[in-house]
Amino acid sequence: MTDLDTFRAETRAWLEANCPAEMRTPMQGDEDNFWGGRNAKFASEAQKVWFERMRDKGWTVPDWPTQYGGGGLDGAQHKVLREEMAAIGARSPLSSFGIWMLGPALLKYGNEQQKAEHLPKIARGEIRWCQGYSEPNAGSDLASLQTRAVPDGDDFIINGSKIWTSYANYADWIFCLVRTDPAAKKHDGISFILFDMTSKGVTTKPILLISGKSPFCETFFDNVRVPQSHVVGTINRGWDVAKYLLQHERAMISGMGGRDGGRPLGQVAADSLGTDDQGRLDDPILRGQIATFDVDEAALACAAERAVDLAKAGQLHPAFSSAMKYYGTELNKRRHEILMSAGGIDALEWESERSQEGSRARAWLRTKANSIEGGTSEVMLGIVAKRILDLPGA
Amino acid sequence: MALVLTEEQTMLRDSARGLIGDKAPVAHLRKLRDERDATGFSRELWKSFAEMGLAGLLVPEEFGGSGLGCVEAGVVMEEIGRNLTPSPFLSTAVLAASALARGGSAAQKKTFLPKIADGSLIAALAIDEGAKHRPAKIALQATRAGNGFKLKGDKALVVDGHVADLLIVAARSSGAPGNADGLTLFLVDPKAKGVAIERTVMVDAHNAARISFDDVEVNADQVLGEVDRGGALLEAVLNVGRAAAAAEMLGVADEAFGRTVSYLKERKQFGKLIGEFQALQHRAAHLYTEIEILRAAVLKALQAVDADAAQARVAVAVAKAKAGTVTTLAVQEGVQMHGGMGMTDQFDVGLFMKRARVLQELLGDSAYHAEALAELKKY
Repeated sequence: MTDLDTFRAETRAWLEANCPAEMRTPMQGDEDNFWGGRNAKFASEAQKVWFERMRDKGWTVPDWPTQYGGGGLDGAQHKVLREEMAAIGARSPLSSFGIWMLGPALLKYGNEQQKAEHLPKIARGEIRWCQGYSEPNAGSDLASLQTRAVPDGDDFIINGSKIWTSYANYADWIFCLVRTDPAAKKHDGISFILFDMTSKGVTTKPILLISGKSPFCETFFDNVRVPQSHVVGTINRGWDVAKYLLQHERAMISGMGGRDGGRPLGQVAADSLGTDDQGRLDDPILRGQIATFDVDEAALACAAERAVDLAKAGQLHPAFSSAMKYYGTELNKRRHEILMSAGGIDALEWESERSQEGSRARAWLRTKANSIEGGTSEVMLGIVAKRILDLPGA
Repeated sequence: MALVLTEEQTMLRDSARGLIGDKAPVAHLRKLRDERDATGFSRELWKSFAEMGLAGLLVPEEFGGSGLGCVEAGVVMEEIGRNLTPSPFLSTAVLAASALARGGSAAQKKTFLPKIADGSLIAALAIDEGAKHRPAKIALQATRAGNGFKLKGDKALVVDGHVADLLIVAARSSGAPGNADGLTLFLVDPKAKGVAIERTVMVDAHNAARISFDDVEVNADQVLGEVDRGGALLEAVLNVGRAAAAAEMLGVADEAFGRTVSYLKERKQFGKLIGEFQALQHRAAHLYTEIEILRAAVLKALQAVDADAAQARVAVAVAKAKAGTVTTLAVQEGVQMHGGMGMTDQFDVGLFMKRARVLQELLGDSAYHAEALAELKKY
């Protein structure tokens, strides 16, 4: 038995003993995510137990160094853990922009003090983070952002506003892009800075979306005072950090569709449409659409697995996450179009207990943002054309 | 298992790329086509394949082969796809070698496998009968006669059937077309009485044959595997072949794409390189993404077949279905982005389109495999 086989056996046994049965069912909605933070609320006792056990193993962030609250697993062990969790349908114990986005950027660009201060709190779910990137006039053209940070002694004074800040109204801290040198070229005068959302001068306002929900906010900064020591990396070189973080964000978004681990589409459709005497969906065209969707989804899962293995081998193109983000989000939109078709008129109900307050329709509408947030599909294709295919003038 | 090639597999790819790129680039196919070569492939090239250990790649070492797996076969197939190389690699080294190694008796293995490995025997698998790949509907009849059987019926798209020294024929020995059970595989001498072979030069200038069997007598020793139980063996062999064909399609798609991207960087219109136009950039970037996803799906299928060919149906269905749609897109975009030049016989991109069309049909098209996936997932 190799060391890895032993690790697999131990992991399987530990998960079997420690993952509550309720945490092995597909998540139904965002309420089933545990986001941590100062005002964290658990949806159930099982969610609390599961989170605490995983946190104590360092397995909220299995591949981070143990000194920062991680599990210290190498790439192969991390893959084993993911496979074993998937095998029993175990939910992720902690959903966190700190884990998916800020953490990797801090590990690469943060100084020792910043890492020691922030990473363990992310790992333990104590601080919930939000991302201050887009502005009303800086969407796809993110580098044209105008939020200003002006030096004042050892501090910066920050003024401006952000938009599409996910869950800013629940977040404890923000990682934010600010302009520190307005005279420089647009990519060269940006800094990446961290600050507490309870700082004086920070306000948030939720934005009502077509889904009827408000996952995003407008966030306003009115003379917010932040120590200069909160800049990650070099002042005016924040774009490097921002781009690195975006790769992780895009990798995360590309996997969104598959992560819910819900019932297979074919089964969902069979529930509402019924089947013929051979067990085939009673809608041959939709059945064909689902089959071609399943081919694409399974193939994308292979590509995601391969990307992790390539990264481990140091062979992954840094812009590949843009290709995956593009494809994954378009596929997720397709998935939800199929779900709406399969649901038919039942999926149209918006306000009823039967429809769980229109959960399917709201989820469908939410996915339309997938190909916009974190860089539009068109921006992703442009990045692939320029950085991977090296096409002229891209 | 990591979804990347190992160091040894990468070395094999590099040497296969060297051999095939050197000796059998697209110009090699053109020459055979333009000279209306009687065999449609080069025996000299096949000898080089054998000398490099490629003909016997899947043949166990005890029978003179390299004893390697399907991932390695896929690596070679991808290079064949890149160069549109006509060779008996798929028919003989992949399909026939798999069938014999998996289902052959000790005597059959000893007779045929060493000859496959040394390049002296070409073998062809005869499965398809109608316009589409439907192995469950095989109707070519095997009727018991004396100690053996008589075969009657017709086969089509028998790859390399016109030059084969050995035919592996899938026949119905019991049950009705559509039944999963009741199939038997036979090893048939193409020179046997009652076998009529018509070479069919296909749209891609590769080789296949229509073969008719008119009461061809075969004895019990010529049964490959078990009587009436050939379905499972055939399925395993087909899965190997489908994964390998998907690998060839990946090579076709990737090469057509690479040539197209180069063209976008050379061709000028409206005073600039056409690769500067966003309309083309986005289509190229989309195609790149599709091809990388296909690459992962193909490797997954090849690894799954190596692990257990009979259990690999899902991974193989995904890879072959995806290969069909992606490769079709790659060659269509290739011709379109080459503009008028893409329509000329002088430019190679059209040859890639033709090969892609044949590979789409071969061993089941995208719709066939998507349907199989729906069946497997029970909806």
